[in-house]
Parts: sequence; C-alpha cells; structure tokens
Amino acid sequence: MTIKTNLQAVRDTLMEIMERYDNVVVMGEDVGPRGGVFQATRGLYERFGPERVIDTPLAELSIVAVAIGMALNGYHPIAEIQFADFIFPAFNQIVNEAARYRYRSNGAWPVPMIIRAPYGGGVAGGLYHSQSVEAFFTHVPGLYVLAPSTPKDIVGLLRAAVQVPDPVLFFEHKRLYGLVKGEVPEEYYEIRLGEADIKRQGDDITVVAYGLALHEAIKAADKLSEQEGIEAEIIDLRSLVPLDLDTIYESLRKTSKILIVHEDNQTGGWGAEIAARIAEEMFDWLDAPVMRLGGPDVPAVPYAPPFEKWFLPTADKIEAKMRELAEY
Amino acid sequence: MAILVPMPQLGESVVEGTINRWLKKEGDPVEKLEPLLEVASEKVDTEIPAPASGVLLKILVPEGETVEAGTVIAIIGQPGEPLPTNIPKKVDLHAVGAHEITAEAPAEPAPAAEAQPPTEEKPDGKRRRRGPKVTPVVARMAAEYGIDLSKVKGTGKGGRVTKKDLEAYIKQMEAAKAAPPPTEELPPWEQPGSGQLFQPSKWEEEEQPPAVEKPKPAAPPPPPPAAPPSPPPAAGEEEVVVPLTRMRRAIAEHMSRSVLTSPRAATFMEADLSRVLAHREAHKAAFAERGVRLTLTPYFIMATIAGLKAVPEANAVFREDAIVLKKYYHIGMAVAVPDGLVVPVIRHADEYSLLGLARKVNEVAERARAGKLLPDELSGSTFSITNHGVFGSLFGLPIINQPNVGILGFGAIQKRVVVIEDAIAIRPMIYLSFVFDHRVLDGAAADKFLATVKKTLEEWEE
Amino acid sequence: MTKKQKRPSDELSDEQLLEMYYYMVLSRKLDERMWVLNRQGKAPFHISGIGHEAIQVAQGFAMRKGHDWYFPHYRDIATCLILGVTPRHMMLALMGKEGDIFSRGRQMPEHFSYKPAKIVSVSSPVATAIPQAAGTALASKLQGKDEVTIVGFGEGSTSEGDFHEGLNWAGIHKLPIVFVCQNNQYAISVPVSKQMAVENVADRAVAYGIRGVVVDGNDILASYDVMKEAIERARRGEGPTLVEAKTYRPVPHSTADDDRSYRSREEVEAWKKRDPILLFEKVLMERGLLDEAKKQEVLDRVMAQVEDAVDYALNQPYPPVESAAQGVFGDSPLVKWSKGVKG
Repeated sequence: MTIKTNLQAVRDTLMEIMERYDNVVVMGEDVGPRGGVFQATRGLYERFGPERVIDTPLAELSIVAVAIGMALNGYHPIAEIQFADFIFPAFNQIVNEAARYRYRSNGAWPVPMIIRAPYGGGVAGGLYHSQSVEAFFTHVPGLYVLAPSTPKDIVGLLRAAVQVPDPVLFFEHKRLYGLVKGEVPEEYYEIRLGEADIKRQGDDITVVAYGLALHEAIKAADKLSEQEGIEAEIIDLRSLVPLDLDTIYESLRKTSKILIVHEDNQTGGWGAEIAARIAEEMFDWLDAPVMRLGGPDVPAVPYAPPFEKWFLPTADKIEAKMRELAEY
Repeated sequence: MAILVPMPQLGESVVEGTINRWLKKEGDPVEKLEPLLEVASEKVDTEIPAPASGVLLKILVPEGETVEAGTVIAIIGQPGEPLPTNIPKKVDLHAVGAHEITAEAPAEPAPAAEAQPPTEEKPDGKRRRRGPKVTPVVARMAAEYGIDLSKVKGTGKGGRVTKKDLEAYIKQMEAAKAAPPPTEELPPWEQPGSGQLFQPSKWEEEEQPPAVEKPKPAAPPPPPPAAPPSPPPAAGEEEVVVPLTRMRRAIAEHMSRSVLTSPRAATFMEADLSRVLAHREAHKAAFAERGVRLTLTPYFIMATIAGLKAVPEANAVFREDAIVLKKYYHIGMAVAVPDGLVVPVIRHADEYSLLGLARKVNEVAERARAGKLLPDELSGSTFSITNHGVFGSLFGLPIINQPNVGILGFGAIQKRVVVIEDAIAIRPMIYLSFVFDHRVLDGAAADKFLATVKKTLEEWEE
Repeated sequence: MTKKQKRPSDELSDEQLLEMYYYMVLSRKLDERMWVLNRQGKAPFHISGIGHEAIQVAQGFAMRKGHDWYFPHYRDIATCLILGVTPRHMMLALMGKEGDIFSRGRQMPEHFSYKPAKIVSVSSPVATAIPQAAGTALASKLQGKDEVTIVGFGEGSTSEGDFHEGLNWAGIHKLPIVFVCQNNQYAISVPVSKQMAVENVADRAVAYGIRGVVVDGNDILASYDVMKEAIERARRGEGPTLVEAKTYRPVPHSTADDDRSYRSREEVEAWKKRDPILLFEKVLMERGLLDEAKKQEVLDRVMAQVEDAVDYALNQPYPPVESAAQGVFGDSPLVKWSKGVKG
C-alpha cells in the first residue's frame, strides 16, 4: 500500500499507462516540459519525449479534434483541457463528433480517447476556473463520464478508461488534488466503469455524491453519527455514466431515504436524473421524498471567500439536509 | 371484527354533539359512507356517514342525548356477530383507519399516551382533515403484512409511522406470534383447574357476569328558563306558543350578547352603482357560460375588502389588552334561511377573482339554504356583510357578528335623481350602512373605510 | 507549369484517361438519377456533386486507394466511387435501406463512410473533419507511415474556426495532409464575396505557414496535376498544401434548396458551358480517344450500372427499427451497465 494524493494518483497512472501502451499519447496546453499547470503530467515529457507528450496550441477545439483524428488512426489519445470551464470550444467536437462517430458509421469508426479536465471550486478560481460541467455530457449518448474522488478510485478507473473503445470524459476535482490522500494498493487492479462504491455504511439514510461533495458528506455523516446517532450510507458514484443504479437501489431498499449531493448547479444537474429514476423505479420503497442538494443556480462559483463557502457543498449544509431527511 | 362508531368532532372548538336522529335501526344493513345518523351542534345539523359496511349491531347512545366527541355511540359488524364485551367508552379520533375491535384483544382504547399529536391548527385557521402521512414504502409494507397503521406507534415527522416504526412493529408481532398463546385460549377441558377440592359453596348473591356496558342515560336537556306564568288567555285574545328552535335560541343569544359587548356607532353613505351594473351586464353571459350566475354580492365583497385594506382596524378583534389586526380576510355573508339567519364565512375572500368569488358565493349560499353548511364554515370571519336591501330595506343598523369589529349593510338599489356637476342625472344608487364597534374604530376611520368601499364601487373598471 | 516540364497527368495512360472519363459520367448519371428519385418521392434528400466531377475524379486518381486517408466533402460522389464505393451503396444510402454501408440508414445520404478504403465517416456540421484530419495525419507521421491524409470541403467551411485550427496544426507539425477546397462560389445562397475578404481561399495558406495552390477545378488534368503533386510532396515529408479548386455548382445546394432567389439563370447557363465533362470530352476527342460511338458505349455502361443500383435499392427493406437503439457504445468487459441503463 502506498499513500498518494489525488494528483499523484493521476500522474503516476498516466506514467504507467504510457509505459504499458505504446499507442497512448498525452496532449494539451502546457503538458510537456511544464508538466501541466497542476503538474498532472510532470515527468512524462522527460520520459517519453515530444512525440508522445504533445504541447498543443491554445485551441481546445482542435485539441479534441486532433485527438479524434489520432484515435481513428491507431492511437488512444489522452487529451487534457486545462480547466473544465474551457471545454466549450470543443463541445461540438465532443458531442457531435466523438460521441457520434461509432453510431453514425454503424460501428466502423470507434473513437477510443480520454478527455481529462480539472473541475470544481474551492481554489479561489472564480467563475471561470471552478465550473462543474459534467451535466452537459452525461446527457449525451455515446460518452462515458467519470468523476473519481480518491486516489484508489482514480488509479483504478484511469487504468480501465484507457482500455475502453469509446470517448471517456475524466473529471478531476482540482481542490482535491492535494487535499485528498489515500491508500493505493501495490498490486495491479482495475475498477470497471459504472461501479459505484459505498464509502460509508449506514442504515438510516442513503447519500449519493461525488467530488468535493463526497468528502464533505462523509464529514457530515461522521458528525451526525457521533452526535446524533444517525447512520448515513454514503455512495461515491465514481462513474456518472454509466450510472450504478444497482448499488443505489440496493442501499435504498435498506434505508428508504435518499439524498443526492453535488457541487454542480442543482437545476438540471446529474442529480435530477438520478432523482427521477428513483421516483420512477423505486417509488414503493420510499419513506421520504427524494432529496437533492446541489449548487445554487448562479453562473458558477464566485471569487470572494465568503461566496465560495456559500456556493460549495460544505459539510454543514450537507449535515442539515441529512438531518432533515433522517427526521422525516 | 366489529367497528366502533364515535361521535365526531363537529368544529374546531366544538367538544360535544347531540344525536338528533338515528337514520338506521339496530339490525339494519349499512353501507360504508351511507348516512347513519344526524347530529347537531350549536347551529348546524350534520349527517354522519357510516365508517364501514355491515350491520348496525348496536346503538349505544339514543336520540336526544348529548355526548362528548370521541364517545362510542354505535357498533357496526357482521350480521349475527356477537357484540364485543370490551367496548371502550371513547376512541382517539385522530387515529388513522377505522376503529376496529376484536373480541379477544384486550380492551384497547387508543393509547392514552398520544402516539399521534392532535390535528394541528395551521396558522391560517385551516384544519387538517387527513390523518398523518403514509409514505409509499409504509403503505406497501402495511398492505403486505396486513397491518392496521393506527395500531403502530409513529415517531416520524408529524407523528407519522416511519418504515422503521413499522419494521419494529412487525418484529414485535412476529415475536408475539412465536410466544405460546395465553391459557384462556385453550378449551376448558385442556385448562388446568386450581387443584383444590371441596371449597365452601357460595350462599351470597352472585355477581352477574360482565355485560355490555350500558351507556349512562344523558341528562335531559335543561328546561328553558321559566317564563313568568302568564294569565290564561282571555276570550278573543288568542295566542300561539311557538317553541324556540335551536337556531332561534342561538340567534337570540348571539344578538343580545353582541349588543352588550360592542358599543355601536353607525355611519351611512350612498354609492352610484352604474359602473358595477354595467360591468355585470357586460360579463353576465360570459360567466353564465362558465356555469356561474353573477350577482352583486361578489362586487360588494371585493369593495369591502378594499375598505378593509385601507383601514386595517376594521378587520380586527378587540382584546382586553390589544387590538388584534387580522392579516387575512374571511368575510361572513349573512344569508336568510327558512327559520332564520346564518352567516357563512368565505375564507381568504381576497384571493378570489371575481369569477371565483361569484362561484363561491353562490355555492355557499345554496348550501346555507339547504342546511348543508359545514361547522367550520360558520365561524372564523374577520368581517361581515349583509345584503339587507334584497327585501327593500334602504338602510339599517345590523348587529355586529362577534367578534368582528364591524358589519357592512348593503341596501336596496334605487334609481334616484342625483346632482352631477350641477346637472340632474338619474343613477342607480345604494345606501351603505356601516355599524362598527366604537372601542376600536372612531368616526374618521369608519368613514374612511366606508368612503373606500363607496369609491371602489363607483370607480369599478369596465 | 510550362509545357517543357513533365506533368503528372502526362504519366496517365489512355486506359486511365478513359477510366477517369467513365467515372465522371458514372458520377454524373447517378447524381442526376438521385435528383429524379427525390422529385419522385422515393428519396427524402440528396445533395449533389454535379459540376464537381473534374476535381473529384482527379483527387481520386491522385491518392493511393486504401492507403491514404480520406475525409470526403459531402459532394464527393465521384471520388468515393473511385475508391471502391459502388453505385448500389450510393443508392442504398440515398434511400436509407438495409445494406447501407455508410451508416445503416442512420445518416442522411452522401455522408460517406467506407473503412476498407479509409473513407472516414462524414458528419453534417461542416469543417469539423479538418482538424480531425490533421490528427490522422499526425498519427501517420508519428507512426512513421507514408500515408497522406486528404480532406475535402467547400469554401464556406473555411470560415469555421475548425478550418483555421486544423491548418494551424498542419503548419506547426508539417503534417502529411492535403486540404482540398472545392470553391463552387456559393455556400447555399451566400456568395464568396460575403464569405471572405480574400480573393482566393488558397491565400489563407500563408497565414498558417503552409503552401497554397489555386487550380481550375473544372479542368480535370490540371486538377490532377495539382493534387498529385500535393499528395506526393506530403508523402515525402515536405508538408501540407491547401489546394483551392475553382469550380461551380450549377444545381441548387441540395434537393431542399431553391436557387432562383439568389442567382440569375444567365450565370448558371454561362457556367454550364464550362461543364467539366464537356471540357474533358473535348480533350479526349482531340487525343483521338473518344468519339460518338465510344461516348455512347460509356453511357450505356454507366446507365446499366445506374439502373441496377436503383432497382436493387428500391427492393431492399429498411433496417429493423430495433437496430437504431444499438451500437451507441462498443462492448467492453470493463464497463458495467446497471439494469435498464444500457447505452
């Protein structure tokens, strides 16, 4: 067992993947000698050279498009979008092209690639360095969307993602890069896409979360357990698409009460789809309304520290919501 | 399994009811929700529907008697079913589901330690009519296990039965099933005796076996206060003694009390109804198409509310230490009924559109005349109006409907000659009579109120 | 190029020249029939390559079939026929029938895709393929293969950001790629004068540090010369070329377009005189390779193909409806789908 931060998990796994597979290339702005603005690709350029670690022009559209072209011609590119907030110039290429290539060619042209992007707030990033953008992509058939939040999960999922023959969006919460440390097994393992993980067991309520919200939810759950005897079961989604409804439903059968927490704006966030599915398919198991706690519906996380605290899914907010659910 | 029929609670503050008339005899078949008996409180008669289908096994409280809400007054069961021996006197009216009673279960009045809190009165005066919430999973499990939720202690919000409560109950149930049955269940020849032979025989009067508890006869209604004996009628001076109806008695009592309570003053104004009448003409047909007959009452109510908003003290209650201004508008509307007068209340009258108000007014008036008002509809007004003009009265001095602070009378509409800008005109005019409690309102305020009502009517938008 | 220099088209044999002519006629006649089928209500949509046959056949002959990568322009019927797509394929796609190799009825017609010939699936948003083609070319270069990527588009596409980003990459990395712009003067109804401030699309090449060449897109041999040179330069590692083939679209943008609102009939008639097939027939006749009898022979051969393709496609069923729900994702043992949440 080694202890790694989330960032180390990303970097080490990229290194490992580049070693294992000759056709993996990493491309993005500043990924080469600079090692990435978050240092996620540090050391790769020195080890693998400019033909496998490519510094791109400042052009998200073609970062993704060129990656698509390479994926068509034998490579499994891992493209980096420097901040998820800047993914939108590439939106057309991701949604209209990468997601659709296989389907529109009846299977002739699959696009095996990964697009990595740091997301989320809590780093004084303001409106354009803090966004959560997963909801735009979870909606599109043809894209896998992953958001692991611990080192062990990052390693396992990234190893699996690079073997999947379709486009994968891999979101990494930037605040958690250095803050979250965890154990990573020495022996090789993979985590399948579409498998959620129960991070904390409990009988009273189920809480579904990912990203920063996951860690804050665990804090809240520990407090509620110690002080009020409320035992929350916390499910870390890890994969947004595919969505692990099996695990969610099994927990719901036990607790009959569920809260979905995410940092992204609440309206139309991925939690809305999960809530709708539960209401449709698990109605007879509910002992309380399905609850959500998402970010306020303002255009992303404002800069000033009080604003950040207001926006982000902090433990106190989650605790209050969890209590409300438990007491229903 | 027999079902207990309790005396219902007929209104927020009504704690008892009188049985006017049983609509079924003992032994009659009964359908669930079929009217079973007539019950009266203060001013209103209500029919009580049967809570279950079956046969009316026993009437426990006869006609004419007055009992507290919750008292068991009858039992419904299957034909030929023996009466249970352990009928409780009262049941908890807030329990969910029918009040079942089984012969072998120990006498189980609904738990005195209230598992469920009494129905809350919400701040706006609305009374929750349903029982506590039943969530999908609880409903499903209760159905699967055949559990009567009223028997389960609820620890959830508002006293509801949660899934955990139900699970605990089921666990208990199953544990109880596993336990050996009490010895009384065994047939006599399998029950052991005391083992003692030749005990002295009893020579005293034996106690009778416990029978169905006979209800104590209720005290007869108090005789009316004795009037001084009147001399026998002389020849040619005939008299007819008309006994006071309940309603007459109530009206008499209320009117006397009202006059004694509020020092009254009055102010009068007249209003030109041309615009209102024109509006009515223009919209009558459209409203009729929607099934609503458009009378002048909704206009009057809306104008009254405008006045109340301008003078909040008119929509208030006098208390020893304060005047309580009501921020909601429940308008009492006097309606003449066959043997007197009732003042049904339209709650939140300010929230209706003209169409909605017209519809509501008609509907309430109809039910008032048919005697089908609900107890709650007769109380809670914050202000009252009376259309005394329908019978030709021009202006009047109505009695304040306590605890309101004023009452507004609308007189007959008459085409009169009026002077407008020094010219003679003929307009449909109406006198507005405002009687108010001078403890709360002074002349200036009263006039401001009435002037606003007048202005609202006169400036009605086409 | 002067007469003295050997031109690539000089290397073409007589058979090849006649084959080129055949493909021009085949493409034209298939195309014309597709218009008819649309007007007959048998095909919901068609977008045409009429008038573009010279540059299309030229580029088809200039690239190495099955070796080079090709991102088609949606008008490139002729090029695809040369690379191995059959008239039957074209008709099946036109009608959306089972057997459609482009997309099994999922895409509109002329959204070519044919993996054996490295024809990459076409999508509707224009210019998106340009930077993708740069990616494919980069992959070829990194793998040390001598593949060239050819990507085709109209002049309207050169206004999209994708175009500029693709050329930028090609210039930075000196990619083995040929960008082929078929400038037919109109992007639906918008004339070139409203589309760009430069005289020629090829003038833009210098902005990206690459080579730009203008050619008469209706002169098949001139087009072949330019294409052959560009492709071989790329193959030798000498970098990308932006080829602008000036041509004209004598027909409306598609079967859904009415072009009377934005251009005059005189203009169209003038261009018809420069019909690429007419021009090539003149050349072939001058060389004694074509006469009326030969023309008829080619026409008969072509029409037989056309009729066969139409009959065949008309008699094919549509793909089963259930097939539309399949194939969003590939299968993978590393992906777990919960109940009912199948991609």
